[in-house]
Amino acid sequence: MTAKISAAVVLAGGQSLIPVMNLRMGHPAALVDVCRIPELQQLSMTPDGSLHVGAGVRQADVLADREVGARWPMLRRAISEIGHPQIRSRGTVCGSIAHADPAAELPAVALALDATMVVRSRRGERRIAAEEFVLAPFTTVLEENEILIEVVFPPAGADSGWAFEEFATRRGDFATAGAAVRLVAGAGAVIDCRLALFGVGGRALRLSEAEEAVVGRPVDEEVLAAVHSAVESGLDPSPDVHASGEFRRELAARLAVSTIERAWERSNG
Amino acid sequence: MADSRVRTATTPPLLEPSAWHEIELEVNGEIVGAQVESRLLLVDFLRHRLGLTGTHVGCEQGSCGACTIIIDGQASRSCLAFAVQADGASIRTVEGLAPSGAPLNRLQEAFHTEHGLQCGFCTPGFLMSLTALEESGEVGKESIEEHLDGNLCRCTGYVNIKKAAHKALLGTSEEAAR
Ligand SMILES: Cc1cc2nc3c(=O)[nH]c(=O)nc-3n(C[C@H](O)[C@H](O)[C@H](O)COP(=O)(O)OP(=O)(O)OC[C@H]3O[C@@H](n4cnc5c(N)ncnc54)[C@H](O)[C@@H]3O)c2cc1C
Ligand code: FES
Ligand code: FES
Repeated sequence: MTAKISAAVVLAGGQSLIPVMNLRMGHPAALVDVCRIPELQQLSMTPDGSLHVGAGVRQADVLADREVGARWPMLRRAISEIGHPQIRSRGTVCGSIAHADPAAELPAVALALDATMVVRSRRGERRIAAEEFVLAPFTTVLEENEILIEVVFPPAGADSGWAFEEFATRRGDFATAGAAVRLVAGAGAVIDCRLALFGVGGRALRLSEAEEAVVGRPVDEEVLAAVHSAVESGLDPSPDVHASGEFRRELAARLAVSTIERAWERSNG
Repeated sequence: MADSRVRTATTPPLLEPSAWHEIELEVNGEIVGAQVESRLLLVDFLRHRLGLTGTHVGCEQGSCGACTIIIDGQASRSCLAFAVQADGASIRTVEGLAPSGAPLNRLQEAFHTEHGLQCGFCTPGFLMSLTALEESGEVGKESIEEHLDGNLCRCTGYVNIKKAAHKALLGTSEEAAR
């Protein structure tokens, strides 16, 4: 039995894993359906104000939760960009993050919102910052037999602003490029800025030069121009059937500018 | 002496007892009990084991929507779920919309009058997506668009499909033509 379990793969919403199996590109010996484990179906807010999304929680359930939508509007907005309702009804939040598609919305949101991944195995539990969780396309730090049991989003303060935008060839498609921003402001200046870009590299990524261009000042034309050039010089996306590398880079720069501008407007800076 | 031309077949994993599951689910209002292999897709269970061939298989990747059914109230892809995962679930397929003998329902009628189909391959998926939307109580132009986006029509008869959806769910098909 133990031998068999070591060959087992987690099945969450199946919206990425089953297509791979149907295409005969993956053939796991055994699957463990985490969506049937009641303890992993918890979508809850703890007294400290953070949001816990268990491994079995569907994307559609988060989208339907009005309180979550009011407190973590970026999460709601990003999920509404995932595929179609018919996909989100089964796909999970944790599954999307564990799958680590470089063009997926949720790994970028986890990065922008500074989420923590709670990972468990028989060896114990570890907590991993979103920053460190994804290593490369479709590759995370999860080791064999480790399960992402929940993702924890910290509370968003009243002085923070957010924005999420993506460009996709058709609605519902994976993003050609996208940006997610969370910005904290006070006394007329930006105190902290987390900008996560996706679709433009092997994983969702932050560009410290772009973030540094924003912090300590109000967001004005000059700051936005600095963000644009920091993204342009900091990225070297590869071309694919949807877009050339240059087009992706330009898209990313513009999305970074418009999301930072929007997040600033939404903050109480 | 071993003959190099003779091979011994390995025992198929399907013969392992752990690869079989007893499931019980509700399909179009009827309780169904069955034994299924782990690897059996829900769409294949519906079509081959229950003979409900109205649910179609197009891409098996989740993109075309031909296999869309309603699982516990939500439109979902039956090509991206295993039959064993439907244990305890309530499932509706296109056959449940107007059970034999019953007249077409409002949505089906609208597809008929607005010519919302050509070959009809995509129709069951569209009907189930729109049924789930109708029952969610969130019907609006925007949500109709979003639900239609999740289904492909290889005959590309989208204008009439949109008209049919508007007619059945919003009462008029005029807006949809634009
Ligand atoms: C037509 C279509 C369009 C889509 N469009 C988009 C889109 O625009 N944007 C987007 O982001 N996604 C999109 N998706 C993918 C969708 O969001 C998936 O739901 C998601 O990528 C995977 O989540 P899942 O719960 O379905 O995981 P599964 O498919 O069940 O699992 C995916 C992988 O992650 C592993 N895994 C899952 N959960 C865990 C866990 N808790 N711990 C450890 N490992 C785990 C599995 O072993 C597997 O390797 C689309 C899918 C389809 C079919
Ligand atoms: S067959 Fe299921 S979506 Fe195409
Ligand atoms: S009518 Fe032929 S696929 Fe839609």
